[in-house]
Amino acid sequence: MSEPRKFHSVGTRPIRHDGLDKVTGRARFGADLSLPGMLYGKVLRSSHAHAHIRRIDPRPALQLEGVRAVITSADRPEIPSEHGTGGEGGPVDFRDLSRNVLARDKVLYHGHPVAAVAATNPRIAEEALGRIEVDYEILRPVLDVEAAMAPDAPLLHDDLYTRGVDPRPETPSNVAARIVIERGDTEKGFAEADVVIEREYRTETVHQGYIEPHAAVASTAEDGQSVLWCCTQGPFLVRSFCSKVLQLPISQIKVIPSEIGGGFGGKTTVYVEPLAILLSRRAGRPVKLVMDREEVFRATGPTSATSIRVRMGARKDGTIAAVKVRLVYAAGAFPGSPVVPGAMTMLAPYQLENVRIEGYDVVVNKPKTNAYRAPGSSMAAFAAESALDEIAQELALDPLELRLRNAVRTGSQAVYGPTFKAIGFVETLEAARNHPHYRAPLAPNQGRGVACGFWFNAGMQSTAAVNLTEDGSAVVVSGCPDIGGSRVSLALMAAEELGIPVERVRPVVADTETIGYNDVTGGSRVTFATGMAVIEATRDVVRQLCKRAALIWEVPVEQVEWREGEAHCRNGEAKDPLSLREIVRQAVRTGGPISGQASLTARGAGPGFGTHICDTEIDPDTGRVQVVRYTAVQDVGKAVHPSYVEGQLQGGVAQGIGWALNEEFVYDENGVLLNAGFLDYRIPVASDLPMIDTVLVEVPNPSHPHGVRGVGEVPIVPPLAAVANALFRATGVRFYRVPMSPPRVLEGLQSRK
Amino acid sequence: MARKSHVSTIVNGEPIEFLCDPPQTLLEVLREELQLTGTKEGCGTGDCGACTITLDGRLACACLVLAVEAEGRSIGTVEGIASGEHLHPLQKKFLEEAALQCGVCTPGLLVAAKALLDRNPQPTEQEVRYALAGNLCRCTGYDKVVRAVLDAAVEIGGESP
Amino acid sequence: MKSFRYEAPRTVEEAVALLAKGNGDARVLAGGTDLIVQMRTGVRHLRLIVDVKRIPETLRLEFDGTVLRLGAAVPCAAIREHRELRRIFPGFLEAAELIGSEQIQGRASVGGNVCNASPAADTVPALIALGAECVIAGPERTRSVPVEAFATGPGETVLQTGELLVELRIPAPPTGSGDAYLRFTPRTEMDIAVVGAGVCVTLDGEGRCTAARVALGAVAPTAIRVPAAEEALVGTDLGTEALELAAEEARAAARPIDDLRAPAWYRRHLAGVLTRRSLAIARDRAMRRA
Repeated sequence: MSEPRKFHSVGTRPIRHDGLDKVTGRARFGADLSLPGMLYGKVLRSSHAHAHIRRIDPRPALQLEGVRAVITSADRPEIPSEHGTGGEGGPVDFRDLSRNVLARDKVLYHGHPVAAVAATNPRIAEEALGRIEVDYEILRPVLDVEAAMAPDAPLLHDDLYTRGVDPRPETPSNVAARIVIERGDTEKGFAEADVVIEREYRTETVHQGYIEPHAAVASTAEDGQSVLWCCTQGPFLVRSFCSKVLQLPISQIKVIPSEIGGGFGGKTTVYVEPLAILLSRRAGRPVKLVMDREEVFRATGPTSATSIRVRMGARKDGTIAAVKVRLVYAAGAFPGSPVVPGAMTMLAPYQLENVRIEGYDVVVNKPKTNAYRAPGSSMAAFAAESALDEIAQELALDPLELRLRNAVRTGSQAVYGPTFKAIGFVETLEAARNHPHYRAPLAPNQGRGVACGFWFNAGMQSTAAVNLTEDGSAVVVSGCPDIGGSRVSLALMAAEELGIPVERVRPVVADTETIGYNDVTGGSRVTFATGMAVIEATRDVVRQLCKRAALIWEVPVEQVEWREGEAHCRNGEAKDPLSLREIVRQAVRTGGPISGQASLTARGAGPGFGTHICDTEIDPDTGRVQVVRYTAVQDVGKAVHPSYVEGQLQGGVAQGIGWALNEEFVYDENGVLLNAGFLDYRIPVASDLPMIDTVLVEVPNPSHPHGVRGVGEVPIVPPLAAVANALFRATGVRFYRVPMSPPRVLEGLQSRK
Repeated sequence: MARKSHVSTIVNGEPIEFLCDPPQTLLEVLREELQLTGTKEGCGTGDCGACTITLDGRLACACLVLAVEAEGRSIGTVEGIASGEHLHPLQKKFLEEAALQCGVCTPGLLVAAKALLDRNPQPTEQEVRYALAGNLCRCTGYDKVVRAVLDAAVEIGGESP
Repeated sequence: MKSFRYEAPRTVEEAVALLAKGNGDARVLAGGTDLIVQMRTGVRHLRLIVDVKRIPETLRLEFDGTVLRLGAAVPCAAIREHRELRRIFPGFLEAAELIGSEQIQGRASVGGNVCNASPAADTVPALIALGAECVIAGPERTRSVPVEAFATGPGETVLQTGELLVELRIPAPPTGSGDAYLRFTPRTEMDIAVVGAGVCVTLDGEGRCTAARVALGAVAPTAIRVPAAEEALVGTDLGTEALELAAEEARAAARPIDDLRAPAWYRRHLAGVLTRRSLAIARDRAMRRA
């Protein structure tokens, strides 16, 4: 191995370029745009979780003064089943997408859109909704994922046949797909095991809980092109999804991404965006369509409730002999839960010879799930890492030691197939074991748990451009919305390659017509993949700078070397170095403006591993659990801007703690969400959490020029199990169901007696 | 339709007049009529703090104030925290210490944190956490936010001992 | 929000006249932290909103050493800023401070908390424990109703059409007394009480309990007093055993329901825990002030 590269910009902590606008209120988010003559849109949503739509009559709404357009599915082309790629690479059927945006014939969850209106102000739009007449034939809903699999369960789709079963079933069901990952011989493995446990785990539907509701402003010009301003993780995805749903050519849609107030995967599809476009086309005026919080909770994609069964066997020396898993994930109203990544990731940190994982994707009468940070992994890891903790307990092994004995290393084959290149899982386990936190004394009613997590990290497609300005600065143009500091990271990588201070690099996120195609901001891919494109584009610029210097010096370009922001001549002649500024100043004579561009499909995203230590304290009288200390250790490849890398870890942990302790969607028997607000959907508040310590382990990713690997997803994977394992060690009671809310914990404690 | 109400108020120190319907919240008027979009709507029910403003010096959620109530009152928003080109120490610390990720909760957090430091110039970590409990942030886990507020308090204390 | 008329009268008489004419479709606006949410979410449709924050009587905050006169629209933040009150009514202040965030505190009033008549209202058990009274102005007369009799059900009160809660009168507890309020919520803040317990105890020179009031929130359609718990305390030294007995009575008196915030069995259990814990705090306060 060569010496680790010395960086001058990458690894520093400059102020982000977009920061000033964000602390002064100038930054413009999805709902912050207003246009002259703009109308306000509202969506009529189903008041039933499962029903046929017999009839919709929008005419009374149109008669209200100030109403300019009403749309129902009758105003939209019906589209055939067509499979494409969703936000984070998962499959999407555009027919389902279209029906999720606006119900056709049948509503499948409470809150499913059935019509939309545009009016001169929001109150008129609201009143108009009340005038739209919808006649429903109410059907029995099915909400629980196990109940939905039962043969007599109400069917959501009468044309849904389970995929992945041979022969293809002859009757439709709510089971959309079955997948199997298998290696070795589990029966043989269990026979060789000294200890075998079998457990069942349940997790509930939880929401990403981004603070900014979905918002879109659409404006349609006389030539038929609609310009859409919206908060999204993927402006190109919005463009292509709107084009599918509305059957418009791509050229008729331009998407300008606003600043985005959180997404965590939840803004990688479309909801209000196509409706805003359609309303603006119908009304001939700009339309702003903003969800309120209740709509966000009722009708945007949360992540799956799950039911998981794990059978795990180990030998006395701690080797995991066999694991057998059944994963059942609720997809919501249409197929497409994250059961596949759940199955692939849940045992990825371990070298296992005998494994069988069977996964089921099941539809229920809840909103269609969407990506949520490391989609599918947190629930699977809750089960796997809880089971491992029990094995450690049974074998009287330190839980980190147990994991070390089974950990994947560079060259190990992953459960899901490929061979790991340079990875740092063992390093995170060792760093955790050596951390003072792991040996710190505990107070009464406290316990300490550990858990690990894995995420592939995505690559996918990116385009970036680097333009030098006439005063020798650089503008870095990308098409990936910056959801948590990626702009400054891209600027740092460009500054690194150019050898100029990051303050002279201006990073911007462009619209869909100003930069080439980019996949979504998601899957922890932007700093890795778009970063790679930025580096390639910058290296292109550097090559041009060298060429220009060669022209100025009248030497062959091979004699020019770029160092620390200057061209140096290597041919021995005493030539003063030429600065970037100087070369740009002379650019008009040497070939004109200098800019570079790169488009790529990024390969070799380095997988991420994390190990977390969690201390909980329990109030034995009430069952209330407080996390009192937390340390997250993660292999981050190379931390481009360490503060924002730490921030990713801290944020993911906080979401995981919320999921572990209090967050859950509570539905009544009719499928109505009872806690569609931040009061009763309890995400952590500042006083609920301790400081969250981070340890950044840096094992460079060999596929990236700066060693970058994605960091954002891994930190939400371990917390559920880390909290449960800590709680077990505080109380002697094992919790198999999250959230571990106070009544459930107290019930557990009382059962101990 | 009923006639609109005429409201005279002070926003960030400047006299402002506007017309509104009684059902319009102050948040809607700030954002849609006065184009002061720094104040955000996260929930509309007072549970997230993204629309935090001051009303006659006290914190409030602009989503739970009727615009007509603002008659004769003084309103402070995130746009009024910096004085001219000079950032408030809180704004500086938020930037230096990466106390924001997506930034949508940042305006509300800054208004609430400033109110805290105006009232209690040397808060403990615990006091900061409870004072900011009404401002949901889903990105940061609050760690860097709390540190930035504590460090801003130190900086302000150092400026005027 | 649907259309309505807004009025901001300057006197109690004007307010009462407006409310009387409003005929049930009118509602008082104080801090708005419940009312505006209810209107926004469509729980309430009103034709008239009477903003009482321009009436001097509803903004009164006066303590003369024996009685606190608390105008119905005074925001919780103002109560907290008062220099003397925390020493005299620590339990009541704890309850008032627990209502919502700092942002909510800037607007929400105790009067509004009482009039909203949620079974889980934080200040109500604390006010009952102190024997507070509601002063109500009406078209015919002004009357006074104890806080414990004010709410008649969830969202329902004794207020008749045209009546207005003007102020709360909260007597300072006698020497040797201590009050306390505790609630349980899953989060540390920004939550609705799963159960709340407000208590006030008085000790004589020998450390014997001469008077006790125990009130619980969120365990019945309205906040309730628990006389059996009070009886279990009077005459004792408020030791562990007496507190346990009172907790037992609190559990027995609770008539909670299952809802999304907690199952009934859990609320009943908490009624005991919080009664015991709040009594211990109140006892220690009383001992310090004996």
